[in-house]
Amino acid sequence: MLLILVLAPFAGSLVAICIPAHKGTASAWLSGSIALFCLATSAGLYPIVAANKVLRYNVDWLPELGLNFTLRMDGFAWMFASLVTAIGLLVVIYARYYMSANDPVPRFFALFLAFMGAMLGVVLSGNLILLAIFWELTSIISFLLIGYWHHNANARDGARMALTVTGTGGLCMFVGLMLIGHIVGSYDLDVVLSSGNLIRNDPLYTTVLILILLGALTKSAQFPFHFWLPHAMAAPTPVSAYLHSATLVKAGVFLLIRLWPVMAGTDQWFWIVGLAGLSTLLLGAYFAIFQQDLKGLLAYSTISHLGLITVLLSLGSPLAAVAAIFHTMNHATFKASLFMAAGIIDHETGTRDMRKLSGLFKYMPITATLAMVASASMAGVPLLNGFLSKEMFFAEAIETHKYNLLDTLTPYVATLASMFAVTYSLRFIYSVFFGPPPQDLPKTPHEPPHWMLAPIYFLVFSCLVVGVIPAWTIGPFLHTAVQSVLGDATPVYSLAVWHGWNLPLFMSLIALVGGIGLFFIMRPYLATSIEGPPFFRRLEGQRIFERVLVTLSWKWARSIEMRAGTRRLQPQMRVLVAVALLAGAVTLLSQGFKPANIVLRNIDPAFALLWLVGMVCAIGAAYQAKFHRLAALVLLGGAGLATCVTFVWLSAPDLAATQLLVEIVTTVLILLGLRWLPKRIEDPDDPEMMTISTRLRRLRDLATAVFAGLGMMLISYTVMSREMPETISSYFLERAYREGGGTNVVNVILVDFRGFDTLGEIAVLCIVALTVFALLLRFRPATESLEAPEQQRVQNAFDDDHPDRKKGDSIAEYLLVPSVIMRWMFPVIGMLAAFLFFRGHDLPGGGFAAGIAMSIAFILQYMAGGTRWVEERLRIHPLRWMAIGLIVATATGLGSWVFGYPFLTSHAQYVSLPILGKIPLASAILFDLGVFSLVLGATVLILIALAHQSVRAPRAQIRAAKLAAKENI
Amino acid sequence: MELVLSAGIGVLTASGVWLLFRPRTYQVIIGLSLLSYAVNLFIFGMGRLRVNAPPVLEPGGVGGLLTHTDPIPQALVLTAIVIGFAMTALFLVVLLASRGFTGTDHVDGRE
Repeated sequence: MLLILVLAPFAGSLVAICIPAHKGTASAWLSGSIALFCLATSAGLYPIVAANKVLRYNVDWLPELGLNFTLRMDGFAWMFASLVTAIGLLVVIYARYYMSANDPVPRFFALFLAFMGAMLGVVLSGNLILLAIFWELTSIISFLLIGYWHHNANARDGARMALTVTGTGGLCMFVGLMLIGHIVGSYDLDVVLSSGNLIRNDPLYTTVLILILLGALTKSAQFPFHFWLPHAMAAPTPVSAYLHSATLVKAGVFLLIRLWPVMAGTDQWFWIVGLAGLSTLLLGAYFAIFQQDLKGLLAYSTISHLGLITVLLSLGSPLAAVAAIFHTMNHATFKASLFMAAGIIDHETGTRDMRKLSGLFKYMPITATLAMVASASMAGVPLLNGFLSKEMFFAEAIETHKYNLLDTLTPYVATLASMFAVTYSLRFIYSVFFGPPPQDLPKTPHEPPHWMLAPIYFLVFSCLVVGVIPAWTIGPFLHTAVQSVLGDATPVYSLAVWHGWNLPLFMSLIALVGGIGLFFIMRPYLATSIEGPPFFRRLEGQRIFERVLVTLSWKWARSIEMRAGTRRLQPQMRVLVAVALLAGAVTLLSQGFKPANIVLRNIDPAFALLWLVGMVCAIGAAYQAKFHRLAALVLLGGAGLATCVTFVWLSAPDLAATQLLVEIVTTVLILLGLRWLPKRIEDPDDPEMMTISTRLRRLRDLATAVFAGLGMMLISYTVMSREMPETISSYFLERAYREGGGTNVVNVILVDFRGFDTLGEIAVLCIVALTVFALLLRFRPATESLEAPEQQRVQNAFDDDHPDRKKGDSIAEYLLVPSVIMRWMFPVIGMLAAFLFFRGHDLPGGGFAAGIAMSIAFILQYMAGGTRWVEERLRIHPLRWMAIGLIVATATGLGSWVFGYPFLTSHAQYVSLPILGKIPLASAILFDLGVFSLVLGATVLILIALAHQSVRAPRAQIRAAKLAAKENI
Repeated sequence: MELVLSAGIGVLTASGVWLLFRPRTYQVIIGLSLLSYAVNLFIFGMGRLRVNAPPVLEPGGVGGLLTHTDPIPQALVLTAIVIGFAMTALFLVVLLASRGFTGTDHVDGRE
């Protein structure tokens, strides 16, 4: 059930995103039914949690790391889940009428549902890591929701700010949760909740506390992180109504309450949480008075009310926690309805500026009445739910919990903030609904559609009912929630409206009278003042935030780039190699590296001669690479052949075969590329070659290179002349046949033991081939390489001189005998590839070698017959081959799931086939077939994409000629 | 044997590193290829050099490091060869595209 509850909104979100943009109503219906479904589901679960049981759902995810997909519902989580779904449903109904048809409505609802899912995930998580994941999800989705009108710069900035602040906090919280896991030894919430003493007495407690509070306080917009919330008001009003009443900002409060039993009660907790809460409570209320924007006022009042909850939690007494939970619910109801009312006013008049609005009571009496009741609840007027929790707050504020200044100050601050609350609530009502009729409004105001008011009816009605008969309505639910948090420590509390003439009631009265008085004193000033409170206007969190951002991401980044960056590759290469050399040298020398003694024994003269040739080739290639590219390529091939022979010599036939084949393909590839490089002719008198700085630079490079070479030589000699330690190789040697069913251990490792690595590798090959293909599609050769190569020009000139020859004859004829042979080689090489492939599991060969061999067969056809000739006769679809290869390899791996084994488990058996004889038919051979197909496709794709450039070049040449002709005219 | 091969690795590395510092793209691509030979041989050498050791098991048999070659470095190098080829191909095409785009074969895209 819990799983469905969490997954349904995400599923709905996926569906909603697929609904076309103009069918907004359909997506609204979808979201509404999903919200209703979730609400009904959680309502159905109430009997279980009411019996004080905990509902759990557990799937092992990464049990080794203590990360399980655990969902857990107790009374408190149930309360939050119901709040999230119920307010969600009301907001969906409201948004259906609020959103304009011009906006991409399905996107709105998709994000909305996803947010609901993430929020349900947060409250129902039974594992700390899972909670952090959902927490981050809420940050990300709220970013998208706030930035929903992304054409609007304010929305973008607000969204970015919200994401930066809450995301940074979330990261801190994540570290804090991991530390808790470290202390407790488990991430499971039940375990964590039962080890409060362990956590509080741990030396890391303060660190954990600060990190977690950073997460919770940023999310709940507590001072000094409150500044993102007012900027998030650029979001569509339904989003504000949802995020800032029942969900996003309450996530921080949720976390504080959730961890309250294990973290609260210490001095650190009291001071940090208390200071943050008190300053937020007071400053939020004070700032709210001076807002001119309706939503701005509500935003600051939200901040202030969240501060109130935080203060309650800071006190550390169970009764205060009850009040906190109660106020969380009450705030959600009246704030959601107020946001909706503000949205209606904005929607029907076209402005939210309180200086322009006035006297709307006449035009929209129903909205006005509802808003009045809701804001009276916000102000804490008796007989409404806000009054009840505020009384509880006052009672707790008077109690002495700790003997220090902060505790003494609390009741005074509480009364003052409450007075401010009365002032801004009154201002909200008075300036909008009373006074002279409005002038110069963008629209003529009237009542909104009936269904837009319905959610507000409901919310305001619950404010009233809870306010009048709390014990019969909210009582049992609150009790279930409180009991699940506090357990045995649940105090006796009374939800009565009338507690007699006591101090909290006097405080309320002072606040009410004082607030009303304050409003009438301030009214003339407020009617014309500019946005924001006096004195504090310039000290805005937003500016500090922006300045920090600019410094970090612009100034510092620039200066680092200035100092450390270069647009030139060579210095970077030098630094890279130098650092690598240093790192190697320092490590080796500090660990007491002693090079082995060089012994001139057991040297096979033939092997020495081979490497003499190899070394000359390598040095020659290095020397010739600038001016004689073809020579350098040939010499490179020489070094490659020396490598290849070394593999054969030293008992590695698999490597030798693959190296040889790859050598051929690489040579062809570079040959194809050579044509497009500029001519470079050696000029011994070039003055640039002679300057001292050039010579010095070269000397330095040479020294580095020699140093690197000597280092490599020493290290490899030392390692190779030592005894082999015990490695995992014996494991593979012992099991290759028994478990992998093949005698060629290297191939068995590749396709069976380490098959997943190979799958990754062929995927890389696939990506490279596609990148090459894509890059060459847009390739424009340099103009000077456009004309036909010199050899072709000579041959064409010969044809032109002889009247009996057609142009192009020589080109077709000059390699007649080799090309006939090459054509006939196709089946032969194909046979070789098949041979390499089938013997691969038992003898040297395998998919890689076979794939490359087969691609050579194709390339030979291209060389013999030319691009057009080949493509008229052969069907060459390297992209399809690659796709088939990848699918076959993955499907083979998945196939083992069908039989209940882990991914890529192989099954081996020998099968006798006619003619071919007995061949090993492990399921790994299917995987190898995938490898073969992909390697073939990738190699052919790369080579022919490059080869095609010569065909395209004449076309480009013609185009260039036309362009030139046009310019001449 | 060991000495010859390590000298070979050293020379290949030195040539490769020298070319890595050169200004022309073609030099760099040749240098990277030389370096990858050196690295492959180095990894291969970590399994120690064995002449005439069987690389393939008898059917039904069980191998050991005393009688057979070390398969792990070979498997690693086999992978490295193929990836090295892919890298060369990608770099070559980037080189050509950069040449067509900037009109020069200097590594910085300008002389």
